[in-house]
Amino acid sequence: MMGGLLHWLAMGGYWPFVWPAYAVAAIVLGGLAAETVRRHRAARIRAAALERAGPVNS
Amino acid sequence: MWSFANPQRFLGLSRRLVPWLASATGLLFAAGLLDALVLSPPDYQQGESVRMMYVHVPASWMALFVYTLMAGASLVFLVWRHALADVAARAAAPLGAGFTAVSLATGSLWGKPMWGTFWVWDARLTSVLVLFFLYIGYIALRGAIEDETRAGRAGAVLALVGFVNVPIIKFSVDWWNTLHQPASVSRLDAPAIDASILTPLLLMAAAYMALFATLLLLRMETEIYARRVRAAAMREVAAAQARDETGEAAGAAARP
Amino acid sequence: MRALFLAIVQRDLLLAARLGAGAGLGVFFFAMTVTLLPFGLGPDLPLLSRIGPGMIWIAATLASLLALDRLFQADYEDGSLDQLAIAPLPLELVVLAKAIAHWIATAVPLILVSPLLALFLNVPASSMPMLVLSLLVGTPALNLLGAVGAALTVSLRRGGLLLAVLVLPLYVPVVIFGVNAVAAVEAGQGMLNPGLLLGMGMSLFALGIAPLAGAAALRLHLG
Repeated sequence: MMGGLLHWLAMGGYWPFVWPAYAVAAIVLGGLAAETVRRHRAARIRAAALERAGPVNS
Repeated sequence: MWSFANPQRFLGLSRRLVPWLASATGLLFAAGLLDALVLSPPDYQQGESVRMMYVHVPASWMALFVYTLMAGASLVFLVWRHALADVAARAAAPLGAGFTAVSLATGSLWGKPMWGTFWVWDARLTSVLVLFFLYIGYIALRGAIEDETRAGRAGAVLALVGFVNVPIIKFSVDWWNTLHQPASVSRLDAPAIDASILTPLLLMAAAYMALFATLLLLRMETEIYARRVRAAAMREVAAAQARDETGEAAGAAARP
Repeated sequence: MRALFLAIVQRDLLLAARLGAGAGLGVFFFAMTVTLLPFGLGPDLPLLSRIGPGMIWIAATLASLLALDRLFQADYEDGSLDQLAIAPLPLELVVLAKAIAHWIATAVPLILVSPLLALFLNVPASSMPMLVLSLLVGTPALNLLGAVGAALTVSLRRGGLLLAVLVLPLYVPVVIFGVNAVAAVEAGQGMLNPGLLLGMGMSLFALGIAPLAGAAALRLHLG
């Protein structure tokens, strides 16, 4: 069981390339997703406050 | 179709779509990663290193797809002046640059065991690098122009000029590459299309696409909200100015 | 209309001649860049002669960026661009006229001194005609594509660096075609080799799109 996991992690000796490749993709795309969600939430809250403050005519 | 060009209707549609797209993104990534990393067999030539292809090749596809989408939106914006098209182009650019960066980084990591170095000026990767610079130029230009409408139109012109140049750049780099490199150097490319490779490749491509769609809609919503807030702030300033002016006029009249 | 077109070319050339420094400094920058090469690489003549044409091309490309940000800026700032925009000559042709004048004022001096610099880099004499010809055929593409970038950044106070970032990726094919035209001659191919023809094609392509895109970019800053 443990050996199987280690064998998988070793990626046939290519582990120094395979895992960083997946890590880079996860960091860049995950970072973009996190930034998108954070800015979306902030903008939605501000827009909602605006809507409550007065009638929107845009 | 043009009914979606109304920002309010777009928001309604987008809010309904995003949860579905986000769920699809999660499911596709779960299935794609499982297949790419665990279930699919190693390639008979490249061994386990073929697993890097599943994050690299779809990222290159997305890099080109997103730029095409930006150019299409830019054309719609320039010709029909649809503000929503500009919102889409602006929202897409950082996502496209992100996929391009992933393509470059994973391509370089995949190249190391294949070529022995991280970078050999392979035709494909070099074209993607130039595409990355095009994205950076677009984002920088939009950031440099303060006026929203001007920034939008300048970005649209640049995206279109860049887009018509992409095939030429691609051709010239391929040509340059064949002149300078022995044909024996293997290129970063899908090996013989086999079902065991095609399935995880397409699953990851679908996951990337779903992620892009989700984030694009969220960024477009963000932009629409932000424009509303800016418009309201402008109205407030205009109203304050008008009050000041009438106040001054009244004060001047009241003076003996 | 033709008179107006020529008048713009003439006016820009006169302005460039009166300011003078622009073209002279461009040539000096070009020469300086090439002079730096042996310092960076060592005075290895076989190496310099091998990379010489490519280095001349790259230095010329960089030098062409120098005065580019001022292409429309002076006219934008003093309002003459507004006048040109409502003149009977289409703005597209105004862009073309100014790009032509700019090419004559900045690129032609570079092309004229390029054989001398190539000599410094030990480029064989047999390659010189092709080097000059490839620059003559390719640099209009640099100028025209650069004009689009200059139009896009016309209202920006510090647009020069941004302009370089915008147009350099578009210069990639021009440099590839130009350098390979010279390499083909060195390899024994004739003057009418694919590199030269593709470089010519690139200039024609830029001639097709640059006036359109440049005028669209100027209009958005004037509107």
